[in-house]
Amino acid sequence: MITIDDILETNAMITENKLDVRTITMGISLRDCAHPNINQFCQNVYDKITKSAEFLVKTGEDIEAEYGIPIIHKRISVTPISIAADACKTDSYVPVAEAMDRAAKAVGVNFIGGFSALVEKGFTHGDRVLINSIPQALATTDLVCSSVNLGSTKTGINMDCVREMGEVIKRTAELTRDTQALGCAKLVVFCNAPGDNPFMAGAFHGVSEADKVVSVGVSGPGVVKHALEGLKGADFTEVAETIKKTAFKITRVGQLVAREASKRLGVPFGIIDLSLAPTPAVGDSVARIIEEMGIESCGAPGTTAALALLNDAVKKGGLMASSHVGGLSGAFIPVSEDEGMIAAIKSGSLSIEKLEAMTCVCSVGLDMIAIEGDCSAATISGIIADEAAIGMINNKTTAVRVIPVPGAKVGDMVEYGGLLGYCPIVPVRNQYSSEAFIARGGRIPAPIRSLTN
Amino acid sequence: MKLVVTVVGKDRVGIIAMVSQILAENNVNILSINQNIMDGFFNMILIAEISGSKIKLTDLQKTLKERGQEINVDIKAQHEDIFNIMHNI
Repeated sequence: MITIDDILETNAMITENKLDVRTITMGISLRDCAHPNINQFCQNVYDKITKSAEFLVKTGEDIEAEYGIPIIHKRISVTPISIAADACKTDSYVPVAEAMDRAAKAVGVNFIGGFSALVEKGFTHGDRVLINSIPQALATTDLVCSSVNLGSTKTGINMDCVREMGEVIKRTAELTRDTQALGCAKLVVFCNAPGDNPFMAGAFHGVSEADKVVSVGVSGPGVVKHALEGLKGADFTEVAETIKKTAFKITRVGQLVAREASKRLGVPFGIIDLSLAPTPAVGDSVARIIEEMGIESCGAPGTTAALALLNDAVKKGGLMASSHVGGLSGAFIPVSEDEGMIAAIKSGSLSIEKLEAMTCVCSVGLDMIAIEGDCSAATISGIIADEAAIGMINNKTTAVRVIPVPGAKVGDMVEYGGLLGYCPIVPVRNQYSSEAFIARGGRIPAPIRSLTN
Repeated sequence: MKLVVTVVGKDRVGIIAMVSQILAENNVNILSINQNIMDGFFNMILIAEISGSKIKLTDLQKTLKERGQEINVDIKAQHEDIFNIMHNI
């Protein structure tokens, strides 16, 4: 039996605390599209995507209306193109990205992910072609997102790829300089990337997935912040319990949406990604939750502990609410997409070094951080190597999505609009070089899993 | 299927009459009504059975929304499952 209080609470979460389902993402395998002729391959890709996802947006909108819960994005993820297109006799996958872009626009989704390569141990020909195609592909398309996994706990870190990705990020920034290097906002470098993540820019349809799946990414930092507002001075046991209960409620909504979408589309349910995904809107910030716990401004000492508690409690609360949990699940800490993080960078309480420490306990990594355009490729590779090392050693997903904005200096502000938000240029210690370290190349061996101290 | 209708806005004559008329015209059966006035604001939560109705839920939502706007109240109609799933295990 539903009570009046339950109804009021749910609707207040939606209207006042910005509870939403961030995305319904359909994963589509492109393994059956392989063809040596690139044009035929592109046609196969276009046909498979438009046929599989024909009703995705309509279904999302119907569910949104029926239950009164906003579903912000509808997205598609596909098999990493370096695998699907490996048979193509070509030296550029840009036409594939363009075919993905056309297909995404035809079915009306917000993003399509999977212009990706998994190279944690080494490169195939297709991996090389894909990585070389990334800057051009991101410059000539609107909705395509790209990711590269270059490290894992089981295999170590591919340092040749770390070096290359620094250069790829720089080239992407250069080719999209008219839009303040927007291309880099659609490119993620991963360690331990999950194959079932519904969130962009890092979504791809993993090789062990079914032909098609529907996954849902929830959101809801505002709801958690609101729940903690009633707990001034309470101890951490109570704080953790409250976050768990709130995460449970948020995730139940995601489970309902996923179940309905799966049933109506006739596509199996994959996972719920129970992430707290912020937006630049006031009242939808992960940084403000940390501050609600008693940190004056995000980044001050205690921030990492607060985030650790938050991340863990979100997982514990959400797990019981869904039959299958996966993806990145936890608390995201993007800078430009979080009003509180932006304020903390502006005030000087938060630095890239503190963000790096926070990535040891958050759900992903250094995300949506705008840096000076004259940061060298080796400096960016150094940032990637550090982040990948944290992921590899701690057996967690880490990632880097930095944006070296051409011509921008510390003190400037860049604006991307929508969910991508805006960001002050974050200072990086690039007066000291990482050049000789990155130039070595090769592989950092897989780490030992015992003697953990 | 049960529908949860919430109505919020400035109090005036005829809000309940209007909502129940729209529901009756579409053969939607009202099961319970909870209504009060808080600080001059009208609040109503109504639970109704929609299974006997031929109207599409999205059309009913649209009608309620539009007619609500005419008299300055916000009317939401939602499938009950969003509340059931969030508050019951």
